[in-house]
Amino acid sequence: MTHGVTGSKRAESADLAVPARGLSRRGLLGLAGASVAGIGMGVAGDRAALAASATPEMASGSAEYPFYGRHQAGIVTPAQDRLHFAAFDVSAGTTRAELIELLQDWTIAAASMSAGRDVGEYGAVSGPYDSPPEDTGEAQGLPTAGLTITFGFGPTLFETADGVDRFGLVRRRPAELTSLPHFPGDDLDVGRSDGDLCIQACSNDPQVAVHAIRNLSRIAFGRAALRWSQLGFGRTSSTSTSQATPRNLFGFKDGTANIKAEEPDVVTAQVWVSAADGPAWLAGGSYLVARRIRMTIETWDRSILSEQEAVFGRTKGAGAPLSGGTEFSEPDFALAGRADQPLIGAAAHVRLAHPAQNNGTKLLRRGYNFVDGNDELGRLEAGLFFISFQRSPAQFAAVQLNLAKHDALNEYIRHVGSALFAVPAGTPEGSYVGAPLFA
Amino acid sequence: MPRAFRSTSLLGVSLLSASVLGVGLLTGCVANDPAATHTAFTVDSSQTACAVSANEAPAGSIRFTVTNSGDQVTEFYLLAADGKRIVGEAENIGPGLSRDLVVQLDAGSYFTACKPGMSGDGVGKAEFTATKTDAAATLNVDLAAQIDTANSNYASYVSDQIDQLVTGTDTFAAAYLAGDFGAARSFYAPTRVHWERVETIAESFGDLDPKLDLREADLEEGQDWTGWHAIEKDLWPADAEAGFEAYSTQKRAALTGLLVADTATLHEKVQGLNFTLSQQTNGAIGLLDEVATGKVTGEEEIWSHTDLWDFQANVDGAQKLYDGVRPILLQTDADLAASLDGEFAALQTMLDAQRVGDGFTLYTDLDPGAIRALADQVNALGEPLNRLTAALVL
Repeated sequence: MTHGVTGSKRAESADLAVPARGLSRRGLLGLAGASVAGIGMGVAGDRAALAASATPEMASGSAEYPFYGRHQAGIVTPAQDRLHFAAFDVSAGTTRAELIELLQDWTIAAASMSAGRDVGEYGAVSGPYDSPPEDTGEAQGLPTAGLTITFGFGPTLFETADGVDRFGLVRRRPAELTSLPHFPGDDLDVGRSDGDLCIQACSNDPQVAVHAIRNLSRIAFGRAALRWSQLGFGRTSSTSTSQATPRNLFGFKDGTANIKAEEPDVVTAQVWVSAADGPAWLAGGSYLVARRIRMTIETWDRSILSEQEAVFGRTKGAGAPLSGGTEFSEPDFALAGRADQPLIGAAAHVRLAHPAQNNGTKLLRRGYNFVDGNDELGRLEAGLFFISFQRSPAQFAAVQLNLAKHDALNEYIRHVGSALFAVPAGTPEGSYVGAPLFA
Repeated sequence: MPRAFRSTSLLGVSLLSASVLGVGLLTGCVANDPAATHTAFTVDSSQTACAVSANEAPAGSIRFTVTNSGDQVTEFYLLAADGKRIVGEAENIGPGLSRDLVVQLDAGSYFTACKPGMSGDGVGKAEFTATKTDAAATLNVDLAAQIDTANSNYASYVSDQIDQLVTGTDTFAAAYLAGDFGAARSFYAPTRVHWERVETIAESFGDLDPKLDLREADLEEGQDWTGWHAIEKDLWPADAEAGFEAYSTQKRAALTGLLVADTATLHEKVQGLNFTLSQQTNGAIGLLDEVATGKVTGEEEIWSHTDLWDFQANVDGAQKLYDGVRPILLQTDADLAASLDGEFAALQTMLDAQRVGDGFTLYTDLDPGAIRALADQVNALGEPLNRLTAALVL
């Protein structure tokens, strides 16, 4: 059970004389410190209990993943269907102590929501009548729906672009935590790139994911503010062999050859930062790369089926490699067809992204489709919000450079947002996310 | 700069390989027409057999779903009554895969056959009959001769455009080198027009395209930037990043030297080219895709903002390709021809409205409504244009 890290402040919010304007920042800190034991059964905060009888949900709805553990949830967790990803900048004037306090508050709130509970001691509707509710309330009655909340630290948390070490962290910055290199064709929007902190919230229910980011943003007000955020639907990768391979907005199965949780050796070798990799505080963590990849789907939709299949190197229906077999058949890159040309072309996506073409490098991909309305030219603002976890950013950079230079898919995509974060290891109960960084 | 090389690039391996000789028997097939009904068959292509689920169908649209149950790459052929002329084919079917072949058959006798291993005489050759129906019309035209004409006309067009590109590039380079920036700026867009008109051909020579037409955003770290857009930035530095310095005389000389030399190489490579029917139609589609992706967004000419010159040139090239195959289309699908005629004309009217003297409004001076209207019209033309290959080749 959760123990309040900032339990001493609980008394403040428990005081019914909280100003009518709402919970102060201190109050928010206090609500986050509520002891779970204190909430107990029968208190309004326990959404899961409400949901169990209210919705005969499918298995995905009732899935629950513990927040505390050796590694953060939301990485090898079977990819949920929905995403709300948010990048934050720490507000000017925030001190190191306040940053730590924010991470503590986030930890407690995230653990609470991951367990299907509201945020705060009194939750959405059981608090003081003269105060704004601690929890925003839109997740009441919804199941946990497999919510995971994953935190990361951007390069600028350690040192700003103009070299300021705001939090005494510069010497603890991983050497590899720098901006990603510029790749050919990059068309990045700074407003959709980078950030001091990130939170990935994934759930099988979009409202549960949005609820998580909304409440965590609220808790951060005054200490950190949203820089950019992204909603995603339709996971585009499977991270477990129990999952069917989903489709991206090009209509192709994506992530067939992804790293799966059932391959612990591969996960260890390719995803988790080891103690020997350094720095020590990041051991058991990973690096998260986020890329907002815009698809020009109108052009794609006008391309002929044979070109579409040639671009991917797979069949559009079954997802089998063009060299034959079924979806999970290993591609035969040498098998030639007419005129001795390989059935899977030199520029086919499946060839260029394959570990065999990248010195065995694999990424754990965890991306989502997005459609954010349309642009001023009447084209759907659609694409793939690519997320990958890897032991080193160099893994992503190598694969992406290969793709950016040669991939036939480049005609139909452009990378418009980019960010890199160090994802600390999991949090033991009683501690807070990233604590070893500040130790 | 095309964002990447189309896998259907004109000089690459043609993905739609249906023999043009088969066209005589085939009319347009519009798969999406909900009123259309087609007859569906399965074909099991094994190592030794080519089992078609039936050997007779009413004339009209027929779909063969070919499944390769053997362990070699296979092909399926639909042959004319002489047993040799290819009416339709599905090629490069890997072991275990299925592929659909959709054909439009006139009444008559045909043969079906498979070719596991893609060589030899094939296996399972069997008679197939399309029976007469009221609806099925018969074509009786010498399409092969029309295709030859279209091919040679287009080859001449490409050659002529590159000739003019060479001449224009020399003049442009001389003015730039001499420091006459006003003249160089005035030559820039009118010269690039010749490149843009045949852009899908130029881009098919993989190494020349990035040397001549790479945009700054397409560079990888540490890569040398050469070609038109590198010079464009020096000529129009107004929008360059803070701290951008005009190029040195040596750099200018190096850039123009490469530009002239690479253009001369391109000139050599475009001599004596031949184009199949599907290469021509897919070329038109590719040019319009270039418009939709780079020109209508103002990303091609981010320093000079002369995107509409390129826009018009891409459309010119697509129109040229369409005009070449239009006589054939009139016989296979007159409705589609009428639709394309109308959409091309509408797009041209909108472009003409932006003409200023010998050129066009700069992209940055276009109002958002005009850009939106152009984008919508590119889509309006793009949809029927993308049915062209199927209407002619299937």
